[in-house]
Amino acid sequence: MIKALERLLPYITRVRRPVALGLACILFATAISLVSPWLLKFVVDGLLRGEDRTRLAWYALGIVGLAVADGAFRYFMRTQLIGASRQIEYDLRAEFFAHLERLPQAYFEANRTGDLMSRATNDLSAVRMMVGPALMYFASTALGFVVAVAIMCSIDARLTLIALLPLPGVTLGTRYFGRAIHDRFERIQAQLSDMSAVVQEALAGVRVVRAYGQEPAEVARFARANDEYVRRNRGLIRLQAAFYPTLTLCFGLSGVLVLWFGGRDVMRGTMTLGEFVAFGRYLVLLSWPLIAFGWVINLVQRGVASWERMLEVLDAPGIVETPSTAVSTPIRGAIEARHLSFRYPGAETDALSDVSFVLEAGETLAIVGATGSGKSTLVQLLSRLREPPPGTLFVDGMDVRDRPLAELRAAMAVVPQEAFLFSETVGGNILFGVDADWGSDETRSLVARAAEGAVLSDDVSGFADRFDTVVGERGITLSGGQKQRVALARAMLTDRQILLLDDTMSAVDTATESAILHQLRDVRRSRTCVIVAHRISAVRDADLILVLAAGRVIERGTHESLVALNGLYADLERRQRLEDELAHA
Amino acid sequence: MSVIDDPLPAKGYDARLMRRLVTYLRPHAGAVTLAAGAILLSSAAELVQPWITQQAIDRDIARGDVPGLARMVTIYLGLLVFGFVAEYAQTLILQTTGQHILHRLRAQVYAHLQKLELRYYDRHPVGRLMTRVTTDVDALNELFTSGVITVLGDLLALTGIMVAMLFMNWRLALVAFSVLPLILWVAHWFRTNVRESYRRVRGLVARLNAFLQEHLTGMAVVQLFNQEERTRRRFGAINREHRDVNIASIFYYALFYPLIEIIAAVSGALIIWYGTGWAREGTITVGVLVAFLQYSRRFFQPIADLSEKFNVMQAAMAAAERIFGVLDTPPALLDPAAPVVPADARGRIQFDHVWFAYDDEHFVLKDVSFTIEPGQRVGIVGATGSGKTTLINLLLRFYDVQRGRVLVDGVDVREWDVRALRRLFGLVLQDVHLFSGTIADNIRLGEQMIDDAAIARAADAVHAHDFIMARPGGYASTLAERGASLSVGQKQLLSFARALAFDPAVLLLDEATSSVDTATEVLIEDALHVIMSGRTVLAIAHRLSTIQDMDVILVLHKGELRSRDAIRNWSPRAGCITGSTNSSIATRQ
Repeated sequence: MIKALERLLPYITRVRRPVALGLACILFATAISLVSPWLLKFVVDGLLRGEDRTRLAWYALGIVGLAVADGAFRYFMRTQLIGASRQIEYDLRAEFFAHLERLPQAYFEANRTGDLMSRATNDLSAVRMMVGPALMYFASTALGFVVAVAIMCSIDARLTLIALLPLPGVTLGTRYFGRAIHDRFERIQAQLSDMSAVVQEALAGVRVVRAYGQEPAEVARFARANDEYVRRNRGLIRLQAAFYPTLTLCFGLSGVLVLWFGGRDVMRGTMTLGEFVAFGRYLVLLSWPLIAFGWVINLVQRGVASWERMLEVLDAPGIVETPSTAVSTPIRGAIEARHLSFRYPGAETDALSDVSFVLEAGETLAIVGATGSGKSTLVQLLSRLREPPPGTLFVDGMDVRDRPLAELRAAMAVVPQEAFLFSETVGGNILFGVDADWGSDETRSLVARAAEGAVLSDDVSGFADRFDTVVGERGITLSGGQKQRVALARAMLTDRQILLLDDTMSAVDTATESAILHQLRDVRRSRTCVIVAHRISAVRDADLILVLAAGRVIERGTHESLVALNGLYADLERRQRLEDELAHA
Repeated sequence: MSVIDDPLPAKGYDARLMRRLVTYLRPHAGAVTLAAGAILLSSAAELVQPWITQQAIDRDIARGDVPGLARMVTIYLGLLVFGFVAEYAQTLILQTTGQHILHRLRAQVYAHLQKLELRYYDRHPVGRLMTRVTTDVDALNELFTSGVITVLGDLLALTGIMVAMLFMNWRLALVAFSVLPLILWVAHWFRTNVRESYRRVRGLVARLNAFLQEHLTGMAVVQLFNQEERTRRRFGAINREHRDVNIASIFYYALFYPLIEIIAAVSGALIIWYGTGWAREGTITVGVLVAFLQYSRRFFQPIADLSEKFNVMQAAMAAAERIFGVLDTPPALLDPAAPVVPADARGRIQFDHVWFAYDDEHFVLKDVSFTIEPGQRVGIVGATGSGKTTLINLLLRFYDVQRGRVLVDGVDVREWDVRALRRLFGLVLQDVHLFSGTIADNIRLGEQMIDDAAIARAADAVHAHDFIMARPGGYASTLAERGASLSVGQKQLLSFARALAFDPAVLLLDEATSSVDTATEVLIEDALHVIMSGRTVLAIAHRLSTIQDMDVILVLHKGELRSRDAIRNWSPRAGCITGSTNSSIATRQ
């Protein structure tokens, strides 16, 4: 815990001025708020003694003046400390996101997005609560408690002790309840996420549910989740219902004790009535620090747990760069694989085994094979989304691992298997690969040209705002084929030396596919291309075709030689010809 | 988690909405009355305490009456215990009632979603609909528990304190109340400004979350295109705005609480000034003065509380509006008044000049007519977007046609009892949808009629038994999120087992396009033979092997049925294709 908190220190040091200022304000505000009950003592005692009214008026004015001063300090306390916590939150969020950008692809596969999101949002806000409100309340309550008790002791030490008797119960109670409430709350959250999963599945699978007439069964399944959720909530309610009344009862007991013992003191004359009244006021002032203290402890516990969860991500190793000392020359685009084998962590078999090929700059390599045969893995290794073993993959004769990552990627345009679009404009999506913002005439013409190349122009002219149409939930929903072509246009616009297409036309119909292939012909003349495809039409004029099965190259050659071989490729070609003819009948 | 939050309406309070929400309280009238009573009693108990102190000071302490003081202390103690019980009961009853109401609302919304037609689902993303059932309903919790009743409690306390003060000394009470306009004005100022900044913060949090979620999912794209730097800058811009709006909003909170304190102090000073004067004249006692100072402090608390609760109330109102939005959407596909359930349903399918568009504008099917006799196997081929899946959607009455008729066993599907209609069909989709739960649950779904033996038989028939038994737990083994632990082929086999277990008269098959590895491919082809045998089959076919198995092939092109001439190199046992001009289908040659 201490170690984790130490890691937080640099962020706090960065805002040390407002924090110091805020803490100083707490000191003054606390001092002031403790003086005003004292003034009350003067009022009551003065009244009994028959002091003149102007004097009492001064006391009254004094109370207002103190409230103003107290308010001013509390204002600065809040703006400085909470403001600082917002700054820390900002720094942490920026740092967290920057670190996520450095993490390798494997990390995002091993960790669910929802989990990372919750660390970046819920946990971050718990950390902020710890460095902001918790710190503020801790400082002000600890101080308030010490001073109030000191003053009460100065009035009457014995009465103070008596009054404090029930109060440890308050703090202990707050801690006990706080922890139990936290546990039950976690159980509720867990059930909420189970219930959400039930809803999500039933809604996303609405076709299956309806087709099999399972609406009543789904309603019953949801009812079970709903019942359990309510049951757990009621468990929390039973605790919460007892929590605050218990606190009130404890303070009340202090009040009763003071009334009895203090009242006796006043009768005996060992205490003035004014002191008695002031004492009561201090007791009320004490109640808040004691509640807040238990609350602060919970905030800190939660904050530390959350910070540790965030540190798990921040401590995950980023992509390792081991550039060789050799001077890297501009990439021309020759690719070579030498006995490349690759196995996913935890897998029992190789995803790729002993794959070798040589591709000159400007040539086209095509890879075909069934799902799971290792095609995408090869593309991901080339673009170093995954780390190939050393000495297996070379670009321009240099191991891809030896080149600075940014340099390697600056020479590549990749269209991944699943076209990923951001929920911004179509134009912005196409422009994503270059460091320019969508909107200027220049970018518009660039985007229009890329869209032309990806056979997307006709689709775009059908959108309400053309390239300015927003993609996604708040805008247009693109079909799978349209998404793939936007991703293709994005890659084409970057105009890189090496073009990697990972099954990019699976959702595009055959007519559009051949139009795209036609457009690609020009690009392919001057660029190195690696095309992963299911359809023969996309690969037939490649310089080299690899047929993969279970990670091994089982056939290799050109279209003609492979058809002549009459193996798997030829079989695939025959089937597809028939299927295509059916589809175009 | 819902990433994109729904906007907050500008209006804070909506009487119509409130009235509707209150109707949910009606079945719990007894409990609510009880809780209201408990609130009254607990605030009464709290109110009496300063009075006790006053009595003790003025009567017993001043006179040195020890037994009197003891009596007062005992009463005080009794009040404390009484207050404890009343407050406990109040919270327990209220919150439990709240939970019952939320339970009911959740069930209502969910059941209603099960009734709404697929067109509704097309228009509303699943994430949004989920929010209605979960987060939105939970937001109402505040309204029922801390909202309606505690606001009432606060108002009661306020009134009680005012009455008590007026009763003790009306002149001094008026002095204390003189600051009221000031405090109302401050509360109004606070509420207005905080509401505005709250809206802005919410909007920014939604943007931050959306950006984060999206870029976490698409991190590969960011990294592949070397856009880390620029993405960081864009994230930084939202992050900065979020920070600045938050810091700006601190101002209102930082000023509000001290202002309330200052006004309370002013009120206290006024009480002292006038109170001491009148005490000197003997019009009031010192005890009354002390009690007044205590009351005046409690007096300002509810006002500050009410202002703070306003935001919560507003968010709850917005949620209520969205929930009622769902509940008020009438299901568009209604069961007929007199649903028909043909006695001997055999699954004769007939499309009679069917026209259909998802959006009433772009027709996906144009004048499509064909007939499938019981026992026939029909393959549908055609390019993406030619309307193949739509045929299945119409048969199952997921949508209603614009023109023409879809008949099953001679009865228009719109006249069928929809559940009986769907029971005729077994649907196997391209993307296999799996539910969390065991393998057995995924085969039988919710159908308890299908026993374990039937499940095992079905799984065995489609070659799924072996891989299921290889898993620890076998049929009782639970699936990870969306069946992540299964391969594509295994999921496909599971969906076949599901279809087989339901033993439908007609099999509707939307075949997966992408090929799987060769070993699984063989299993799948074989399993397909099993589930198709003895049934009418309507298959969107991609695999050559499936196409070869068909008696008839329908070719769809841009929503129209094409003639058979276009097919060359096509010899196997099937005959082909119907024209759109007549409803006959060429059968086996």
